[in-house]
Amino acid sequence: MDSGVDDEGFIRLDGVEKVFDVRKRTGFLRRERREVRAVDGLSFTVARGEMVGYIGPNGAGKSTTVKMLTGILTPSGGTLRVAGIDPARERTRLARRIGVVFGQRTTLWWDLPLIDSYRLAHRMYRIPDARYRENLDRCVALLDLGALLDVPVRQLSLGQRMRGDIAAALLHDPEVLYLDEPTIGLDVVSKARVRGFLRDLNAERGTTVLLTTHDLTDIEQLCSRVMVIDHGRLMYDGPLAGLHEAGESERTLVVDLERELPPIDAPAPARVVRVEGPRQWLAFPASASAADLVARVAAAYPLVDLSVREPDIEAVIGRMYAERAGA
Amino acid sequence: MGAGRLYAAVVAGGFRRYATYRAATAAGVFTNTVFGLILVYTYLALWAERPSLGGYDQAQAVTYVWVGQALLSTLAIGGGGAETELMERIRTGDIAIDLYRPADLQLWWLAADLGRALFQAVGRGVVPFAFGCVFFPVSLPGDVGTWLAFLVALGLAMVVGFGIRFLVALSAFWLLDGVGVTHLALLVGMFCSGMILPLNVFPGALGEVVRLLPWSALLQAPADVLLGEADPAGVFVFQAGWAVVLLAAGRLVQAAATRRVVVQGG
Repeated sequence: MDSGVDDEGFIRLDGVEKVFDVRKRTGFLRRERREVRAVDGLSFTVARGEMVGYIGPNGAGKSTTVKMLTGILTPSGGTLRVAGIDPARERTRLARRIGVVFGQRTTLWWDLPLIDSYRLAHRMYRIPDARYRENLDRCVALLDLGALLDVPVRQLSLGQRMRGDIAAALLHDPEVLYLDEPTIGLDVVSKARVRGFLRDLNAERGTTVLLTTHDLTDIEQLCSRVMVIDHGRLMYDGPLAGLHEAGESERTLVVDLERELPPIDAPAPARVVRVEGPRQWLAFPASASAADLVARVAAAYPLVDLSVREPDIEAVIGRMYAERAGA
Repeated sequence: MGAGRLYAAVVAGGFRRYATYRAATAAGVFTNTVFGLILVYTYLALWAERPSLGGYDQAQAVTYVWVGQALLSTLAIGGGGAETELMERIRTGDIAIDLYRPADLQLWWLAADLGRALFQAVGRGVVPFAFGCVFFPVSLPGDVGTWLAFLVALGLAMVVGFGIRFLVALSAFWLLDGVGVTHLALLVGMFCSGMILPLNVFPGALGEVVRLLPWSALLQAPADVLLGEADPAGVFVFQAGWAVVLLAAGRLVQAAATRRVVVQGG
């Protein structure tokens, strides 16, 4: 496309900062000004065609980052490029090449049939007629929108509306897609459908996807790479598997004994974390072998049943935050 | 060319969005008719007491009332135009979506509001106006040219009306709660547009001033064109002048607002 755009650094942030001035009333006319660093020296690159999860707690700076990437917020410092474009300076030009989907907001025309919003997108993005029809047909087929096109958006269910919104963001073949909580509030079936569609989109069209979510299953199923942000800083950037190590995650061995017994005397570093009647929970490092632990417990105690639970990422991230906060 | 088609689509969408709500339109027609009746009887009493008040005879005064009722919702003088929605979007942060679009915020909303105004003119304006013309003595022009001039003045009034209300809406970027501003805009709009009494009734400096303010481009100006009380060319210049000034001001405020924008919510 543009000359000077390298595919490795398709999205490139270099020491990006965003400082908000917050005024607080402290007296009748007195106001205190306070600086809030929503994003603090953020640097990362995303290659063309990558699908990256961007996670962090509320107020971590995720939305602020996305707003800067789309050009509706100007960074206070640092440089930022998307497809070689400085978003804040050329918001409209960039808008033609990106798609944005919000789980909690809609870009669709609320009072009008779904198809009207697509016709508008056709004009807005100046999509060639043939291309528009092809993309619309494809989205309608894959997202199962056929029966919904003539239904006013306000009458759609949340899952239907979400699918409608995703289609609206893709009619102009965006090179980058920002997804902000695309599965929030959806039922299991709708979630699976949205994820399946996004996976195919990324695989077939090579669309670069930045996914912000609280639902870690989204990340597990879609993203090979995950970035964790907190207090405006990047805390982790790498494969999902590595996140477990970074958070020193633990697996859990759940054992059912024949009868109630005092806590199992487990070999360190494994330890009993919970006892409930004959059932006991033992935590052990995710990197350690479960077989060894099982063998030693089975040898010394009357076992009825057992299961091993994999660590959940939510807990891992929680632990990571707690650690940094303590440090 | 491409941009023209986009904004034409937005106008059409604005029209159809309002056309969706038939019950609301019917209720609006009823309200405008009743409001018109109250005003007409008040005016009839007033003009019986003071014939040719403000230079209007009784039939002109009655016509003025029904033009006013036809334009009240069309020009959203009492609120309820694009600014209501825009303020809500600024408050909730949905404005972010408008800013993500490869379109100009002001032109987009102007187009949406024109679509709304065109629908309101047809859907809510025509019936009360026709009702008034049938049941009361009115003074209507006999020549097509005056009617056409009225429509031009009406079109310009729509733009001026949007220009004022866009500025009102953008205040939400700073105030976040637009209730106070909306009430103030309603009060000023009703009085200064001549919705309560024609502006040429007001004596002295007050009259001189309100007739120069942008609100007089909304109702007073098109009404005077229809009643043959003003030179259309002069009216057009007056309206177009305010339209340019207000849209330019809106553009400046929009630039300032989006520069310091703190889009609400995550």
